[in-house]
Amino acid sequence: MPIFFSAHYTWCSVPMSKTHQRRLLALWLLLGSAFSAHAQLTVDITKGNTSPIPIAVVPFAGDGLPVDVAQVVDADLARSGRLSPLPRASMPQRPNQATQVDFLQWKLVKTDYLTIGRVRPDGAGFVVEVELHNVLTGERVLGVAMNSTGTGLRLAAHRIADLIYEKIIGVPGAFATRIAYVAVEGPVAARRWRLVVADSDGENPVTIVDSKEPIMSPVWSPDGTKLAYVSFEGRVSSVFVQSIQTGVRERVSGRAGINGAPAWSPDGHRLALALSQPDGNVDVFVKDLNGDGPPLRVTDDPAIDTEPCFSMDGQSLYFTSDRAGRPQIYQIRLAAGERPKRLTFEGSYNARPRISPDGKTLAVVTQDQGAYRIARVDVATGQSVILTTGRLDESPAFAPNGQTVIYSAREKGRGVLASVAIDSGVVTRIMAPSGDIRDPAWSPRL
Amino acid sequence: MNRLNPLFTLAALIAVSFTLAGCPKKPTVKAGDTGSSAVTQTSDSGANTGRGTGADSNAVRPLSDTRGAMPSGEGELGATIRFEYDSSEIKAEYQPIIASEAKQLAGNRHLQLRLEGNTDERGSAEYNIALGERRAQAVKKALMLLGANDSQLATVSYGEERPVSDGHDESAWAQNRRVDLVVTAR
Repeated sequence: MPIFFSAHYTWCSVPMSKTHQRRLLALWLLLGSAFSAHAQLTVDITKGNTSPIPIAVVPFAGDGLPVDVAQVVDADLARSGRLSPLPRASMPQRPNQATQVDFLQWKLVKTDYLTIGRVRPDGAGFVVEVELHNVLTGERVLGVAMNSTGTGLRLAAHRIADLIYEKIIGVPGAFATRIAYVAVEGPVAARRWRLVVADSDGENPVTIVDSKEPIMSPVWSPDGTKLAYVSFEGRVSSVFVQSIQTGVRERVSGRAGINGAPAWSPDGHRLALALSQPDGNVDVFVKDLNGDGPPLRVTDDPAIDTEPCFSMDGQSLYFTSDRAGRPQIYQIRLAAGERPKRLTFEGSYNARPRISPDGKTLAVVTQDQGAYRIARVDVATGQSVILTTGRLDESPAFAPNGQTVIYSAREKGRGVLASVAIDSGVVTRIMAPSGDIRDPAWSPRL
Repeated sequence: MNRLNPLFTLAALIAVSFTLAGCPKKPTVKAGDTGSSAVTQTSDSGANTGRGTGADSNAVRPLSDTRGAMPSGEGELGATIRFEYDSSEIKAEYQPIIASEAKQLAGNRHLQLRLEGNTDERGSAEYNIALGERRAQAVKKALMLLGANDSQLATVSYGEERPVSDGHDESAWAQNRRVDLVVTAR
């Protein structure tokens, strides 16, 4: 564990109606002992009706390993909501070579895919060999050998899960990724904000900024090496860009007033920002990170214009504006004299747009029956579909494969992170043992 | 990096003479256990402090447009104005407070306030930053109409980040939709 991080974070997936806080081990004991508990993973939200595909991930051969690689793979696949791993206790056999597999036995337990593997030491590291078999045809559909450093076995496991997910679902997984989020602890009079980076399954959390003033809005650079975020240290807002690896950071915007809502251009060379004028009016700007020039003003309206997000071609920005009275999503092309075009018309509150990797869908915060929820909006038609059922859901962000949206939620007074699968509606949740966590951002693939 | 003006300097001297608690702390940077990551400990002074293991601290360069931090680290809460949901209109019941604060500001040009705008927790965080700023600006305008100077009033918006009540119901939200008038120099 990192020195400055005593908290242990675990992903768990439970119905919205129940608040559980379990350590990973406890979760896995539960999953291993009762299939009904396992079923809870996929019945949180009924929106969408994708049936998860049954798969088995047999414990890999290898003695005295620091990580149970198969278990990490299993947990990743389960969390996706698209695959339903067989509990270990229900496995009819535990082969780790293709020659040992009795496909008939696996057919009897209704498993469509079977994953077997071996981990063996290789110098200072390991080699992980994995095979994916189609149980119905008996065909080996994937066979890979992956090198891992001594401390990199978890990452290797996440990469294996990515490959298996892609082979079966047809879309790359997003397991070998990280999430950044803000942890807030302490009573209101003595709060502490930390910017934390963790693996996509909540493991290996590392605090990279620790402050007595608010930290907000972390966003990953497209190359995954840096985070931009807002900090109120010194009791003024500033936008910083910080290297994850070295901790070196630069204040890229520290004007009088609001410096907020950073968003990277797809090429990583520009940062869109929300900046205020001396009269407090907030507009959207774009700053060239390679040059020393002042940020370029994109919107000019007495209303609030904030929360910019680049389109995937880098040619336009989506943003929130209340120029029509209530906040709605607009798009403006980055060319002189362009007028913004309103995209959302459903509902009285649509804010904080984030674009999907394919550029076709926005995830937004929407007001729905007095609650704030996450919706997806079709960019071409403006039609929206509400994805979540919380009362205070906010800060949506897409996974790099576009299959999942991660967001902040509040359950029984606690700030938690949750992710919702776009197709299946499966909700997964991450919760700290104390305090609130929020403002998640999902890294590109590692 | 600090753009020192005479008022700030005076305020800083006064603040230092009264208390040491307001002094900006020296930035401290501690490395994590991996040797490849570092924790940035922010300081009250708002200085750039991030520095990784073996990294050149000169890589953190102050920019010309950065604003200096308030010389006082904390400040004392003068008054609080509360607001309706999604509104930045100052209700009539708060006019006596505005009038009293404005009178003090007009009578003592060394007096400086930081107007801290806040919202409840509902809705999008960055949008709430803009809403909080709108509230702080509404209070600033009201004070200036009654004789305060622009130079005496700084605004900051914390949006939903700094509630006074950590409840999650209407009574908590009503307390949190506010502008705090914080005395930073007198």
